[in-house]
Amino acid sequence: MTRVAVCDYGAGNVRSVAIALERVGAQVTVTTDAETVAAADLAVLPGVGSAASAMTALRSAGIDEALRARTGPTLGICLGLQLALESSDEDGGVEGLGLLPGRARRLSDGRVPRIGWAAVDPLEDTFYFAHSFAADTPAATAWSEGCVAEARSGAFLGVQFHPEKSGAAGARYLERCLSPA
Amino acid sequence: MPLPRLIPCLDVAGGRVVKGIRFQGLRDAGDPVELGARYSDAGADELVFLDVKATLEERANRIELVERVAERLAIPFTVGGGVRSAADAEALLRAGADKVAVNSAALERPALIGELAERVGSQAVVLAVDATGGRVHARAGTTDAGRDAAEWAAEGEALGAGEILLTSIDADGTRAGYDLALTARVAAAVSVPVIASGGAGGAGHVAQALEVAQAALLASILHEDPDRLASLRGELRAAGVLLRDAA
Repeated sequence: MTRVAVCDYGAGNVRSVAIALERVGAQVTVTTDAETVAAADLAVLPGVGSAASAMTALRSAGIDEALRARTGPTLGICLGLQLALESSDEDGGVEGLGLLPGRARRLSDGRVPRIGWAAVDPLEDTFYFAHSFAADTPAATAWSEGCVAEARSGAFLGVQFHPEKSGAAGARYLERCLSPA
Repeated sequence: MPLPRLIPCLDVAGGRVVKGIRFQGLRDAGDPVELGARYSDAGADELVFLDVKATLEERANRIELVERVAERLAIPFTVGGGVRSAADAEALLRAGADKVAVNSAALERPALIGELAERVGSQAVVLAVDATGGRVHARAGTTDAGRDAAEWAAEGEALGAGEILLTSIDADGTRAGYDLALTARVAAAVSVPVIASGGAGGAGHVAQALEVAQAALLASILHEDPDRLASLRGELRAAGVLLRDAA
């Protein structure tokens, strides 16, 4: 069984993330403890909140260093993807974790926040999004309506959509994260 | 633009789903945990849970019930009713909610919207607006808040709300169709997504609502026959409305 540490930095939908991971067979710990994050088979940085307050909370718990030091896989979800970039334009500019090259920029097309289900190419599934910022990164590996939907660098995998809230498609995605080919 | 959404709504009082007409004459409509799971499995795009008595009776939100509903869902979950502080919102997210809806408390103290947005992010803050005759009503529709619905929605967006859940009290439970004029007026006043609520009687009404709003809330029409969600999705697809494939 895969041991998963879900980083709890104060305002994420951590319970939703834990429920979805448990459903696909993970042994989940929701934690603020940097050592638990460092030792997990998979670390998950979930994503609800604003960039500045989330970064402050990550730093004060030492989770930023634990994530940078990890050699095993880390999954960043939504804001978790944006925080992994070098910087974000949110809240007047925030320095990120630097696990992925690039920066988070505010969306300008259509209604913002961009909320709802949208196809992701080339994953060939439909996932749920809820975001006002999106990654601008050379490490993108999938897209949705012109937004970066997934990005990868080393052992870090970030998704802009919410696999924990994306029904059967999301469950399939999380299963792949737990048992990478 | 993301796909249009169909959102079943559980109005909850005393631990049970209830439904009335124009917010009056509430009748029992089932168990929230069972109905939530059925809708999630049947292809609902999101689920909304509103504790309709929380504000009136000053009750703390029903955390334990929210936990039990969330346990069974694989779709986004919005919870509202009695949210008065960022700490209330955080407690709901910890119980398994993904977004919080705020209504009366924001009318009394609009700065609450910004406090919620700072703590949980705008994309997780839904401003619920209940309107009759285009005017906002607070406290489960019982009190005229002295505001125009579109102006209040725009103010809410400026303060940090990421979505507007617009309920027409006039249309609520009537199955005579959504209040399209009101919905269009509010949608034109904001740039965040708008969820139309109140009045769904059939697929035609929902299709009309989805032309002016980004999502349609469904309650009475589903609770009496939860299998209706799947057939409704089929009818809408046949009518050319693009909905997600939930398989």
